[in-house]
Formats: sequence, structure tokens, C-alpha cells
Amino acid sequence: MEKGTLRLKVGLAEMLKGGVIMDVVSVEQARIAEKAGAVAVMVLERVPADIRKAGGVARMADPKLIKDVTKAVSIPVMAKCRIGHFAEAQVLETLGVDYIDESEVLTPADAEAHIDKFKFKTPFVCGARNLGEALRRIAEGAALIRTKGEPGTGNIIEAVRHMKLINAEIKRLASLNHAHLRDEAAAMRVPFDLVRMVAEKKKLVVPNFAAGGIATPSDASLMMQLGAESVFVGSGIFKSSDPMRRAKAIVDAVTYFDKPHVVAKVSMGLGEAMEGIEMSTMKKSDFMQDRSQ
Amino acid sequence: MIIGILGLQGDFDAHKKMVEHLGAKTLLVKTSEDLDAADGLIIPGGESTTMTRLLFRYNLVGAIKRFHRKGKPIFGTCAGMIVLSKKILNHPEQFRFGFIDIAVARNAYGRQIDSFEEDIAIPSLGKEPFRAVFIRAPKIESVLSKKVESLAKRGKEHIMARQGSVLVCSFHPELTHDTRVHEYFLKMAQNFR
Repeated sequence: MEKGTLRLKVGLAEMLKGGVIMDVVSVEQARIAEKAGAVAVMVLERVPADIRKAGGVARMADPKLIKDVTKAVSIPVMAKCRIGHFAEAQVLETLGVDYIDESEVLTPADAEAHIDKFKFKTPFVCGARNLGEALRRIAEGAALIRTKGEPGTGNIIEAVRHMKLINAEIKRLASLNHAHLRDEAAAMRVPFDLVRMVAEKKKLVVPNFAAGGIATPSDASLMMQLGAESVFVGSGIFKSSDPMRRAKAIVDAVTYFDKPHVVAKVSMGLGEAMEGIEMSTMKKSDFMQDRSQ
Repeated sequence: MIIGILGLQGDFDAHKKMVEHLGAKTLLVKTSEDLDAADGLIIPGGESTTMTRLLFRYNLVGAIKRFHRKGKPIFGTCAGMIVLSKKILNHPEQFRFGFIDIAVARNAYGRQIDSFEEDIAIPSLGKEPFRAVFIRAPKIESVLSKKVESLAKRGKEHIMARQGSVLVCSFHPELTHDTRVHEYFLKMAQNFR
């Protein structure tokens, strides 16, 4: 019997495809998310929009909250640890979390290195703005990649930018010969074999989900049409006026992303979406996506 | 031959690749009309709670029941097995089709940290061991009638079973390169035609 293999780690991500992973900050919210059809919940102390407002240092959630959520719902439970904070990740693994998000939403703990994710049996998801970041995270052992987008803004522009860039870069890799692939691997600081595999498959070697700024069913449909295989919704649900209805609507929009009449129907009378932030009004230091390379 | 793969949520992609690799056509089933063209249906792994809500909301429950009444083969892996079972012991309130007389328990091996893979024997598919991948897997806790044929066991537990046109397994053959379980199902669909 083997546990913690890459196949098992990527396998769980395969099971989450075509679904919505919802940020929750309480047991009650986790129950709402499960009832609405979430494929997993992400436990944190505050949703990204509130982390932004609160400032200071954002850390892993209270283990008690995480434990309570794992008892309350039957779907997979994810939780975030700070970038490079392998001790938080160890705690999350001990708690039985199903996926660990080494996340830029929290305040980074290590300015130079990410966690060596191969040391864990629990799978990791990491954010990326471009192909280099995605492949560096995969080379460190991430079993799932998501766009970083710009968390807590309710503004989809950054997630779109990241998804399109990653896809364009993969397409470009596929057109290169081995000598050029070697140069690319060196430039991105990742193993040549990984770059070659991506060029051959014309896909990341792990699933690629969207995150960061998704607030409406149409946002979810947009990301799915751009090539995302699932979506994470952070502040978008529980910062809206009717979380249960919006959560269900986004679940439906992810499954029927290619059927605009369904997206239209589920979007009707949903109430207020979360308040959004326009990128140009933000200071450079406000960008969570720039917290890691 | 066209194999429909329920595409509401889950690892439908992995099933699609394997079936196409075996030379059959596939169709992602998201509406009841999609089902009309299919000779067989695969219900993939994923989250059974999510799938169930969408099955009801998009009127697929009746369509799948009719599909089954016609005798067309259905194959469920992991969450698909849960949805096809007669009883879900630890979630009795949860909907299931009841097409196969087994009682299952969800997440019965534990959380992701307890997910595992190992070689098992599937006697009807030859002597070569089969690499079985169990991810937050359900367990067949008991078989409720003699109509159920056990196709594979792990110790005392049944992990793959068949009742007439319905095939289930608690593991994920679609996550390996071993095509034998899918070939077995394609034969069921071929024989029905």
C-alpha cells in the first residue's frame, strides 16, 4: 500500500474539476457552501477582502475552526498556510486537511523559498501569475495550480491576465525545439524534463484552476471558457447580499459555463455582488499577487 | 458506439481520455437530451453531494432512470458508485438511484491523508494485478442481494461489483494506464447494442 503519491495528490484535484471551492470563515458558512454544491471549502480566519481591510499579518486559521469544519462537512476541506511556512503546513497536515493552499493571500513567512511540498503526504495548491511561477511550484511538489488573480478585489481582470498569459506561454513552448526549451527551462529556473513535458502535452502537468477576483456567475463562466478547470471563490460569496443563492448560481455557471442561457437564468435577481476595487486605485504594496515569484 | 460521461462535475476528463483511447466515441452528458445518443453512461468520481444537486436541478434524475430501465449499461467509479447504490449508511438522507443492491459508506477509508494505491486482483480480467487508486474512497459495507456479483475484493471487502447492466468500483481505474476495467464496460455496452 502506498500513500501520498503524486498520483493520489493530482487525483484529488481531478475529482474537484468542474466545481467551485468556496472560502469560509465559520462552520455555518461551510454548511451553506456544502449545501449549495461546493466541491470543497477553504477555511480561513477572514476572507481576502477583510484581510485587505484589516492589514497587519495574516496567518493560518485557528486549528479549532479547521477541525470543527472538517467535522461539520463531508466534502474536502482545504486551508491556507503562509508562503514558506512549513510549520503551519505541518499543523494543517496533522489536522487532516485535504489540500493545503500555500497562499499569497496570507503574509509570506519566507522571502526566498517556498515550502518543499514533496515532504508532505497532503497535496498542495499554489498560485501563479505566469508559466515560470506555475512550473517552479510544480517542481517544488504542488499538485494543483491556480491563477493568483488579485484576491479580495471582486475584480476579474488579474485572473484573466494570468490565465491568458499561462496559456500563451504554454502555446509558445510547444513551438520550440529542444535547444530552445533548455534555454527556457534555465530562464524559468525549472527542470528541463518538466518544460519538455508541458511542451509535449500543451498543458500544465497538473490541473489548472482559476482564483482571485471571481464575484459573479459570468466571471466563473469567463474563467472556465479561458481554460480554467474549476474555480475558487474567495470573498465573492460571503461578501454578497445573498450567499446561498449566489453560491448555487456560481456552481451552476461552472458546470454550464458554455451555455449562456443557463448563466443568464442563474444570474437573475441575485442581489448585490461584493463591492469591487478598481486596480488603478490600489497602491503597489496592496497587490497580494506580487508577494512571491 | 458512443459512451456518455456525466459531465456535471468530477474527473470526467480522465474517463473521456481512456474511453477515446480505446476507440469509442464519448459525449459529455450535461442535459437529459445528451443522454439519448449514448449507448452507455459513466458516472465519474467527484463530489456526490455536488453531482446530486445538479442532477435534480437539471432534470437528469428521470432521464438516467429511463436509461437504466432500457437496460443500457451504467458504470460508476467512487462518487459514481455512491450515487448508484441502494443505501448510503452514513448519509441516509442523501439521494441515490438504488440501481445496485449494495450498502456503501462515504469517505470510509478516511481523509485525503489516508488515500492510497495498491495492487489488487480482478480475477475475471486476467492474472495481471490491477493498480487500484483509492481517493477519499467509499466502501461497500454490505451486499444486499444475490443479484450482485462481486468482481474484486480487498481482504474481505468488495471493491468492484456488478448487477446486470450496472458496474461499480470504489477505486479509480481512469487514473491509471490500465484499460481493462473500461474495456470490460465497453463490452457491456457493445453487447447491449
